[in-house]
Amino acid sequence: MDALSSNMTLRNDQSGLHPCWSCKGPVAEADLFCETCHAVQPPGHIDHFARFGLHNSYDVDVDGLERKYFELQRHLHPDRFAKKTPKEKSLSQQQAVTLNEAFEALKDPLLRADYLLKVLGADGISHDHTVNDPALLMEAMETREALMEAESVEVVNDLTMKARRDVRDCVKQIAKAFADQNLEAARKLALRLKYLTKLLEETRQHKARLVMK
Amino acid sequence: MIENVLLQIHEPGETPVPHAGDDALAIGIDLGTTNSVVAVSKGETPEVLRDENGKGLVPSVVAYAPDGSAIVGNLAKQLLLMRPETVVSSVKRLMGRGLSDVKSISGTLPFEVVEGEGMVRLKLAGRELTPVEISADILRALKERAEDQLKYKVEQAVITVPAYFDDAARTATKDAARLAGLEVLRLVNEPTAAALAYGLDQQAEGVYAVYDLGGGTFDLSLLRMEKGVFQVKSTGGDAALGGDDFDHAILEYFLEQRRETFGEEKLTTDDVKIALVTGRMAKECLTENDQGDFVLEFNGKTSKHTITRAKFEELATPLVERSIEICRNVLEDGDTFPDEVKGVVLVGGSTRVPLVRKRVGELFGQEPLADINPDEVVAVGAALQAEALTVGSDNLLLDVTPLSLGIETMGGIVEKVIQRNTPIPVAKAQEFTTYQDGQSAMAIHVLQGEREMVDQNRSLARFILKGIPPMTAGAARIKVTFSVDADGLLTVGAEEVTTGVSQEVAVKPSYGLSDEEMADMLRDSMVHAREDMEIRLLTEARVEAKRVMEAVYSALHIDGKLLNEDERSHINVVLNKLDEAIAGDDRHAINSMVEVLDRETQTFAQRRMDKGIEEALTGIDVKKLENAIGS
Ligand SMILES: Nc1ncnc2c1ncn2[C@@H]1O[C@H](COP(=O)(O)OP(=O)(O)O)[C@@H](O)[C@H]1O
Ligand SMILES: [Mg+2]
Repeated sequence: MDALSSNMTLRNDQSGLHPCWSCKGPVAEADLFCETCHAVQPPGHIDHFARFGLHNSYDVDVDGLERKYFELQRHLHPDRFAKKTPKEKSLSQQQAVTLNEAFEALKDPLLRADYLLKVLGADGISHDHTVNDPALLMEAMETREALMEAESVEVVNDLTMKARRDVRDCVKQIAKAFADQNLEAARKLALRLKYLTKLLEETRQHKARLVMK
Repeated sequence: MIENVLLQIHEPGETPVPHAGDDALAIGIDLGTTNSVVAVSKGETPEVLRDENGKGLVPSVVAYAPDGSAIVGNLAKQLLLMRPETVVSSVKRLMGRGLSDVKSISGTLPFEVVEGEGMVRLKLAGRELTPVEISADILRALKERAEDQLKYKVEQAVITVPAYFDDAARTATKDAARLAGLEVLRLVNEPTAAALAYGLDQQAEGVYAVYDLGGGTFDLSLLRMEKGVFQVKSTGGDAALGGDDFDHAILEYFLEQRRETFGEEKLTTDDVKIALVTGRMAKECLTENDQGDFVLEFNGKTSKHTITRAKFEELATPLVERSIEICRNVLEDGDTFPDEVKGVVLVGGSTRVPLVRKRVGELFGQEPLADINPDEVVAVGAALQAEALTVGSDNLLLDVTPLSLGIETMGGIVEKVIQRNTPIPVAKAQEFTTYQDGQSAMAIHVLQGEREMVDQNRSLARFILKGIPPMTAGAARIKVTFSVDADGLLTVGAEEVTTGVSQEVAVKPSYGLSDEEMADMLRDSMVHAREDMEIRLLTEARVEAKRVMEAVYSALHIDGKLLNEDERSHINVVLNKLDEAIAGDDRHAINSMVEVLDRETQTFAQRRMDKGIEEALTGIDVKKLENAIGS
C-alpha cells in the first residue's frame, strides 16, 4: 500500500496531474475546474502569466488582460458560489484572491517589470531604496523643482504630458530589454519607471490642488 | 443496462428536492439609519415590498412594549412623541461602536447609554439593549413583511451596508441578521447596490459616481460599469455624517435661541429625542420653502423659532463641504477627474437638500441624475444581487476595501498590510520579527484606517501568537496574513515561518459581541434556536452529500469503463442508500453514508488517476497539456 502510493506520487510529478479533491479523478495544476465533476479547484502553483494563459513576456495587452480577468472572475468569484458547500466557497475565495493578486501584478507596467524580473530569477525593484544612477537622480531633481514652481494648470499639464511620454518610452525600452534578455538593463529601466510613476502621481496631486481650489 | 440506470439517476429532477424552501427567493434589505426597505427580485424584475398604503420605507425606529416586544416602523415613530423613553431611532450609528465613539459622535445624543466596556448598550423601557439586538428587531420586521407578502419562509438575505463601514460595524450587522434568523448571503456596499440597480435599469456604461447621503452615513463610490461588470475603482465616506447632523445643527441653533431667552437649560434624553423631530421637520420643510416657523416645548416652557433656508444652508455648509472634500479624495484615489465622470447618481433622502445638489453639481460640473428613486434604489440593488447569488446571473460586482488594514509595530506606528481601495477578496502577508532574545510570544494588534499612528486609527482586535521557540532577537520570522472576504470582513492569521507555529483568528472586533453574548442572545431571541441549528446542520449535510453524489456520478459517467459490473452495481447500491439518507432527516446517517461511499470508491479513484497519468505521459491528452500551459 505504502509502496504503491509513493509510486503514484512519483508518477504524479511527471504527469503534472493530481487527484481532484471532490471526485478524485486526475486534474492538472492549472485547471480551475475538474473536467469530470466540474468542482472548483484550489489555485494551482503557477505563475501570474500562466494564470492568464500568457507566456512570460513583458509585452502584455492590458485590455485583453482585463477582459480575461473579468471572464475568469465571472466563473471564480465567490458570488458564484453562494449556494455551494463551505469547501467550494473557500476554494472560490482562494481562486479570486489569487486572480486579483495576479491581475494587480500584471496590469501595472511597473509591478509587471518587478514581477517578471523575479520570475526570471533576478532581483526585483520593490525593496530597492537607493538609486545610484546619477543621470536619473539629476533628472528627478530638476523635474521636481519645475513641478514645485508650477502655478498654472497649463504648466502642470505640460509636465504631465512629458512624463506620460517618458513613461511610454520607458515601457517600450523595458519590453525591448526583456526581449533581449538583458535583465540588468531591464532592472535599471524599471527603476527609472518607478521614478516616473511617482512623478506622474505628484503631477496629478499638484494639478488636483490647482484645479479644485 | 447499468448504464441506463446511471443515466436515469443522473437525469435532472430525478433527485428529490427534500428540503422545502429550495426555490424560496432570497430578499434584499437596505437596513438604513432612518429608513429600511425590503425588496425581492424574480427574473431580474425587482419589486419593493410595500405596506397596505403603498409605502416601501419602514422607519428604522423601534418601540419596546412593557412585555419587551418590539414595535417597528411608523407606529414606533408615532410613539416617539408620546413615550420617548421606550423608543429608539438611528441605532445604525452605534453599530460596532464603543462608549467613547458614541460620545464623540455629537453633542446632544438621543440615546441613554450605559457605562461599560465593549459594545455600547442603551437603556430603553427599563432594559439594556445593544445596537445589534435593536437592529435585529428591525430585520425581523422586514423579514415578516416579506414572508407575509411572499407566503413562504424567508431565510436568506443580501443586506447592504455603507461602503465606509468598518469591520466592527459589518460584523455587528451580520450578527444582527443571525439574531433575526436570517442567513446573510452577502453584505453589499450601499453605493454598489445602487449602481447595480441604476446601471441595469438605465443600461449605463462608463465611469459613474454614486453620492449617497442618508440619515447617518455618507458614501461616495466611483464605479466603472461595462457589459455587466460593476467595478468599484475607489470609495470613501464618513460613517458618521448624514441628515441627522443637519437636524442636530438646526436643533443647536434653536437651543441657543432658547438659552438667550430662558437661560441655561438641562435637557433629558427624551427632550432631545422630541426636539430632534422638530429639527428634522424644519430641515425637510426648508427643502421646499424659503423659511418656516417652529415650536419647541419642554421644561414647561414654549419657544417659537423662525429659520430661513439661507440660515440653514449656513449651518449645513461645513457638513456638506465635508462630503465634497471626501468626493475630491475619492476622485483622486480613482485617478479620475470630475469631467471624466459620465454621471452622478444621487442616493439617500438627504440628497434632496438643495444645497447638497448644488454643491455636488458644481464639483462634477454636471446636473446630478435624478431619474431614480433615491429612497429605494439600494434595496432594489440588494434584491437583484440576492437573485444573482441564488439563481445566478451574468453580472459581476467587483468591490474594494474602503479602509487600509494594518498592524501595530514598534513605537506605535501602523504598518499597512492592505491598502484602501484594493479589490476584494484579497489576502496579503507581511513578515515581522521579534525584538528580544528568547521572545516566546508576540502581541498582534490589528488596526483599520489611514493614519500613521496607532491611536489615530480604529483598533479592530488584539491577539497573541504564543509558542515561538527561543531564538535571538530578529531571527524569528512571523508572517501575518490578512484576508478580506467578499463581504469585506477580515480574518487574520499569524505564523512563525521557521517552526510553523500558527494561529488564525476571525477578527472579533473590540466593540463586537463575544461568542458567549451571541449565544445567550440567540437563546433568548429564538425559542427554537436549537431546532434551527439542527435544521441548518441537516441542510449543510444534504448539500455536501449531494455534491459527493454528483461527483461520483460524473466520474462514473466518464470513467465507468474502469469498473466491472459487480463493482459498478456495488457502488450503485451505496449511491442509492445515500440518496435515501438524503431524503430522510438524520444528518448522522447522511454523513456516515458519505463516508461509506468515499471508502467504496477509493479503488475506482485510484484507477482513474492511473489512467489519467498514463494518458498524460503517452501524450494522448495533448489538449489538456496545452490548456495547462495556456497556448
Ligand atoms: N425632503 C427632504 N429634505 C431634506 N432631507 C430629507 C428629505 N427627505 C428625507 N430627508 C432626510 O433624509 C434622511 C433619510 O434618508 P434615507 O436615505 O432614508 O436614510 P438612511 O439610508 O440613512 O436610512 C433623513 O435625515 C431625512 O431627514
Ligand atoms: Mg441609505
